[in-house]
Amino acid sequence: MRDTLTGSRIRERRQIAGLRQAELARLAGISASYLNLIEHNRRRIGGKLLVDIATALSVEPSVLTQGIEATLVSALREAAEDAVGQQAELDGLEEFAGRFPGWAAVLAQMHRRVVSLERNVEILSDRLTHDPQLADSMHEVLSTAAAIRSTAAILADTEDIEAEWRERFHKNLHQDAERLADSSKALVTFLDESDTAVDPRGVPLEEVEAFFQTRNFIFPELEDGGEVDSVDLGNLNTAAARAVARDMLETLRADAQAMPLDAVASFVQGEGPDPIDLARHFSVDMATALRRVALLPESIVSEPVGMVLCDASGSILFLKPVSGFAMPRHGEACPLWPVFTALNRPLVPVRKHVVQTGRASATFECFAYAWPHTVAGYDQDPAYRSVMLVRPVQETTGDAAVTKVGSNCRVCPSNTCTARREPSILSEGF
Amino acid sequence: MSRKVLLIEDEPNIAEAIRFLLTREGWQVEIHGDGTDALQVIQGAQPDLVILDVMLPGKSGMDILRDLREMEELASLPVLMLTARGQSRDREMAENAGVSRFMTKPFSNAEVLTAVRDLHAQATQM
Repeated sequence: MRDTLTGSRIRERRQIAGLRQAELARLAGISASYLNLIEHNRRRIGGKLLVDIATALSVEPSVLTQGIEATLVSALREAAEDAVGQQAELDGLEEFAGRFPGWAAVLAQMHRRVVSLERNVEILSDRLTHDPQLADSMHEVLSTAAAIRSTAAILADTEDIEAEWRERFHKNLHQDAERLADSSKALVTFLDESDTAVDPRGVPLEEVEAFFQTRNFIFPELEDGGEVDSVDLGNLNTAAARAVARDMLETLRADAQAMPLDAVASFVQGEGPDPIDLARHFSVDMATALRRVALLPESIVSEPVGMVLCDASGSILFLKPVSGFAMPRHGEACPLWPVFTALNRPLVPVRKHVVQTGRASATFECFAYAWPHTVAGYDQDPAYRSVMLVRPVQETTGDAAVTKVGSNCRVCPSNTCTARREPSILSEGF
Repeated sequence: MSRKVLLIEDEPNIAEAIRFLLTREGWQVEIHGDGTDALQVIQGAQPDLVILDVMLPGKSGMDILRDLREMEELASLPVLMLTARGQSRDREMAENAGVSRFMTKPFSNAEVLTAVRDLHAQATQM
């Protein structure tokens, strides 16, 4: 690039530094009239004088020469070429970069970011369809990119822009750049961490699930009249997750009070862990008995037991995984699970043997029960919830009917299922 | 009489940029950032053209468009729809709902200006 704008940049920097021409000339040891010629690009400058002027302006000499600007100009040229339907004034590009190096750098940086994000959009489109959180993140990124693109183009293309508008758009650009940085970072974190076992993405239910897993779903603090406040929730990062966890722990505390651990252990040892027998013995409802059995220490129930809790919309509120029974992380579970069929017959305990399609043919005994979680008021419909206990079955009797269920339509190979929501990604017979 | 565009967009910096561009083109620009009462605002403002974001708080742009097309006095109002979701099924949904022009974010200023000019020219020729 021609080194024709060093003078303009010196003038720009001098004005930013709040120095008069005479003051800078004195600091650099030259006459004001000579500096005036330099500032109007009528005298070439280099060597010691350039270093002296740069020192007086407290900048690196390279800031005043073409090095940085060449990169900038090239990035701005790319931005102009990529701008569909925009006719940027390429003749004025060097002047723009020379007069507003900071904003030109912001524009170049934003363009690089937009290019990179646009490239990612195509790759992510499939996941976008199936993950609402990702869809929201992408919407945020693209909206911010749209705002930056429009604002930057206005600043670059409008010669006679009023000072008030220019200032406002500069402020908007800065604001959007910050926002884009934050949303991009959140998106990267999301993508980086979505394949890990524990997924602290800020979704309260997932954070709570991870917390319960670290505690192995056991809370001795809640036995013998213990209070929820005695449980350390320090590992939960968000107020929302703490609120969800506290709500679940309150339920478990009430269950522990209604069914004291020693008495449950003694009953299970003598009579077995059948939930309906336990409910009758302790005079509690079926939901309490199911939750209590699902979250008992393995020393009492002798084998791992899973649990699923959902509301009437089918949204999963709580999961305790059990080996061999796949449970989707983001809801959208198989509608054939007994926890959902129980919602069709509230207050009727459901018991089914199920086997998950497409997996090693392990059989599970599921107990499910739906109950009105709230009493909204007279003549008002209650909000129902449903709970399911999932227990592995070692041996099934020959006459026990077994229902085939899946985990999620997308990974279920059953092509005759009448409850299918969407096609499977697995080939037939997988 | 000046031409009026109603911009229904909850992203203030996008709204500000579009307002600047269209004001310079001689448009009177009104901005509204919420989907809930957007239909009433359209009825009250009586714009020559509506620019409608899809993802709005309260009510989606797609639902607003469907309701709008069922109202006799607004059935032929030009609507330019903006969305960050450029998938073909979204475009198809918008077309089925009666959109006049569909544009995905991030769009260029020239695209917006051209679309607005075209839609207005088509509407005035009718």
